[in-house]
Amino acid sequence: MTDAFDLLLWAVLPYLTLVVLVGGLVWRYRHDRFGWTTRSSQLHESRLLRIGSPLFHFGLLFVIGGHVAGLLVPASVTRWLGVHDEMYHLVSFTAGGLAGAGTVVGLGVLLYRRWRTPAVRRATSGDDRLMYPLLAATVLLGMTATVLTRSIDYDYRATVSPWFRSILLLDPDPSLMSAVPLPYRLHALFAMALFALWPFSRLVHAFSAPVHYLIRPYIVYRTRDHRLASRRARPGWDDT
Amino acid sequence: MRVMAQLAMVMNLDKCIGCHTCSVTCKQTWTNRGGVEYAWFNNVETKPGQGYPRRYEDQSRWKGGWTVRNGRLRLAGGGRLRKLLNIFANPDLPELDDYYQPWTYDYRNLTEAPLSEDIPVARPLSAVTGAPAEVKWGPNWEDSLGGAPQHAPEDPVVQKLGRDVRFEYEQSFMFFLPRICEHCLNPSCVASCPSGAMYKRTEDGIVLVDQDRCRGWRMCVSGCPYKKVYFNHKTGKAEKCTFCYPRLEVGQPTVCAETCVGRLRYIGVMLYDADKVGAAAATEDEQRLYQAQLGVFLDPHDPAVAAAAEQSGIPHDWITAARRSPVYELIARYRVALPLHPEYRTMPMVWYVPPLSPVVDALSGTGFDGEEAGNLFGAIDALRIPLDYLAGLFTAGDPEPVRLALRRLGAMRAHMRSINLGEPTDQRGPGRVGMTAAEIESMYRLLAIAKYADRYVIPTAGIGRAHELEGIATRCSLDGDGGPGMVDGRTDLFTWRDDERPDGMFPTLRGGARP
Repeated sequence: MTDAFDLLLWAVLPYLTLVVLVGGLVWRYRHDRFGWTTRSSQLHESRLLRIGSPLFHFGLLFVIGGHVAGLLVPASVTRWLGVHDEMYHLVSFTAGGLAGAGTVVGLGVLLYRRWRTPAVRRATSGDDRLMYPLLAATVLLGMTATVLTRSIDYDYRATVSPWFRSILLLDPDPSLMSAVPLPYRLHALFAMALFALWPFSRLVHAFSAPVHYLIRPYIVYRTRDHRLASRRARPGWDDT
Repeated sequence: MRVMAQLAMVMNLDKCIGCHTCSVTCKQTWTNRGGVEYAWFNNVETKPGQGYPRRYEDQSRWKGGWTVRNGRLRLAGGGRLRKLLNIFANPDLPELDDYYQPWTYDYRNLTEAPLSEDIPVARPLSAVTGAPAEVKWGPNWEDSLGGAPQHAPEDPVVQKLGRDVRFEYEQSFMFFLPRICEHCLNPSCVASCPSGAMYKRTEDGIVLVDQDRCRGWRMCVSGCPYKKVYFNHKTGKAEKCTFCYPRLEVGQPTVCAETCVGRLRYIGVMLYDADKVGAAAATEDEQRLYQAQLGVFLDPHDPAVAAAAEQSGIPHDWITAARRSPVYELIARYRVALPLHPEYRTMPMVWYVPPLSPVVDALSGTGFDGEEAGNLFGAIDALRIPLDYLAGLFTAGDPEPVRLALRRLGAMRAHMRSINLGEPTDQRGPGRVGMTAAEIESMYRLLAIAKYADRYVIPTAGIGRAHELEGIATRCSLDGDGGPGMVDGRTDLFTWRDDERPDGMFPTLRGGARP
């Protein structure tokens, strides 16, 4: 029974999440490019945003970098590179802890701002109300797991990381996750829920990070839309 | 030489009475929606005054436009990397309070209030939150110098003058300044957009936001020194003046121009050399930027220019329109129109004929004949404050181009008054401002008679594409929308038989299942 349940959680669910994430992004891009935005509320409130938003976003970028390193790079590689396990964990705990703390504090400031500023509160949509608790839970569980690693000396690189790679290699091994401490498993489950919600929430703006700006010419010229502005009316029943 | 065409506007400030019809019709057309309650693509501000948004001209605070360092143009708000590092919280973004908190009134209370001793009132409500609001500032709070003794000293242009300007009613001067997007040749908003959603149209130079590509990074809002890009707080997208391109494409003037009561707006084509824009905008001395921009414009009467324009793919009727362009006449030939804040280095394309009326009014106030040329010329030189203020707006502080424009307007008044009164005209008058009597009179026709067809010389987008349109006209018209030859989309009642269920007559559920 446990095996079937593990199979569902750690082999089926990840792929379902991936399908929803990729499919959702394609759907959103094709059908709702107009809705694809940061939905910034800086116009309403700037003072708290200028503290919370960079703290959260930069913290999160570091956290993501840490996840990439921790999940994708096998322990054997870092050992081969001459990085002692003890040192690896010290560095990852310090850097990850700091970045995570920044993320948590930043998110706290942003949530407080959203709650307390009437105009920002009013601009909060339905999917925001689902997304923010999910995001906060995922981040907090991640922090719990990080602190836990330190206190019980748990090596996630022997379990969680190989499982994550097994998913990406299309050879899922759910048994790796069966003995993992609860905070890790909850963190992974909440993260999957967050990824599934991602394309349908404001988080989608992360996928349009404008790195292209660094290399494009400053002034963009475009020719007129081939159709003139006075264009054919749409058929009356067309509900698209 | 890379010739490009630009639709440009000139506004004759002497004629603006501050009626705000342009603002209201523009708002009804473009921004009568949620999320842009506070946005006025066209606004009219009283000068001297702080403007809208408040003190937008203070670029040491807002960091709009470009600066020059070591001969190279740089965005005043920082380069690409700096923009991306600031993307999570833009340090230069105005808040709603800097524009104004939009409000409406509780009109419902007027009809639904219970019977009582007092007459029900409609209290102001915030248009953003719906909560009761206190109206503290508005889009035109300083109308006609209202509150000027208190607010106008905060006008960045006044502060730059570094001189005591009087704002007591009897000693002050004022005029109205209608503002729309400048549709610059070197737009800093476009350069600031991280997504590449903002662009300048190659055909007519109109600067637009692609709503499907905008991701709401809001760098354009702070990048524009005129603060004419607005953030729609409901859709999370940038919006701006479109120069009413759907109207211009079919040869009609913009809504603000069409509805202008004073008939003070002119729209026409300017040809310019796109290769020269960068160097002109990087002119070291900011007081030479006006001349530098004049140097970018091309003379459409020059056959070499016309040939190069044809080669660049500019339609023939656009070149002929450029030859008849009222905007070109006022900017390049008569030199009475000046750019607004050329020191922002964006090469703005909405220019202004500076108002002579503050000078005339001051002169008449002292008991002298305010229309007599000698008096006028003396007054233009003597009344330093209006002159320097106008120079602060239009030429980065250089009074000479403003003085020339005002003297030409003064000479025109004097010359035409002599004609109207049947007096002999002063033959030396036009010569003193470097014009001939014939030029003065044709400038008078353009500025004072201002016939509709003279004010707006707008080549349509369609005629430039006549070749393609001809192709459409030779197609079978029965294939057109609703014709029997039309295959998909619409229901055709002519070919509908009663035992059939026509697709398109009834809505389909998502996924195509029939109800």
